Amino acid sequence: MYIIIIITLMLSGLIAGYLARRKNLASIHKVITLLIWTLLFLLGIEVGNNKTIINGFHTIGLEALLITIGAVTGSTLASWALWIIVFKKNSQKGAER
Amino acid sequence: MKGSITIVGFFVLGILVSYYHLIPFNFASFNLSFYTLCGLMFCVGISVGCDPKTLLSFRHLDPRIAFLPLMTILGTLTGCIAVSLFLKERSVSDCCAVGSGFGYYSLSSILITEYKGAELGTIALLSNILREITALLFTPLLAKHFGKLSPISIGGATTMDTTLPIITQYSGREFVVVSIFHGCVMDFSVPFLVTFFCSI
Repeated sequence: MYIIIIITLMLSGLIAGYLARRKNLASIHKVITLLIWTLLFLLGIEVGNNKTIINGFHTIGLEALLITIGAVTGSTLASWALWIIVFKKNSQKGAER
Repeated sequence: MKGSITIVGFFVLGILVSYYHLIPFNFASFNLSFYTLCGLMFCVGISVGCDPKTLLSFRHLDPRIAFLPLMTILGTLTGCIAVSLFLKERSVSDCCAVGSGFGYYSLSSILITEYKGAELGTIALLSNILREITALLFTPLLAKHFGKLSPISIGGATTMDTTLPIITQYSGREFVVVSIFHGCVMDFSVPFLVTFFCSI
């Protein structure tokens, strides 16, 4: 249910932004930053109220680190493969010419 | 970098405020974070929509580069599945949901909190902040040894804003459009993928 509301809002923002593209909308980035700060502050409040999270913070941190290592390693290898396929072959062709 | 520190600052401030009961009432009961998230998504939409020049510049891309976001998604998820085998407490879908933040910590942590609770939301926040920091710190090294696309892939959803300057510097100016394109696609796939992995 959440996702439908969120996607609809994102798309209506997209259309609103496109219609108002001649106006100066530089301040929108400030609004975004402010909203992100508010959200993270609210998340902090929720976490501070939750004794399970506070007491297990070291385990949570370790889990987060491991997931990051997995994600970073995986995407490095995948993009490296694409790099080899697209650019190494291109540069060989260039050398032959 | 300064931006990430401020974000963590607000998060820590929130923890301290509620841990020491500095506010008399419970914010969570008002569903405030959901309404703020709605406002944020609308603003993100505006910021993309009001800049059609960026979208038009994508026409000059090598079509094969369009596969880069796909490689980022596949690589990240494979890595997360591998890690989930070692984490007995977390299911495969939980790990994939966290990984699907692609460095977009604000959105992914809030979405995951809404679906799965504050504990996994906090893991998502920390993990995705770490991903952005990794991108900022290791870009010079990665660009040298793993091809010029790897810093863009590591940067995930941040490659159109926070990590763009460092990618430009180490992968080269010719990768600016690729980087923005990649960030744009990743930004929009975060809500879909996170929701998908939270609901299975």
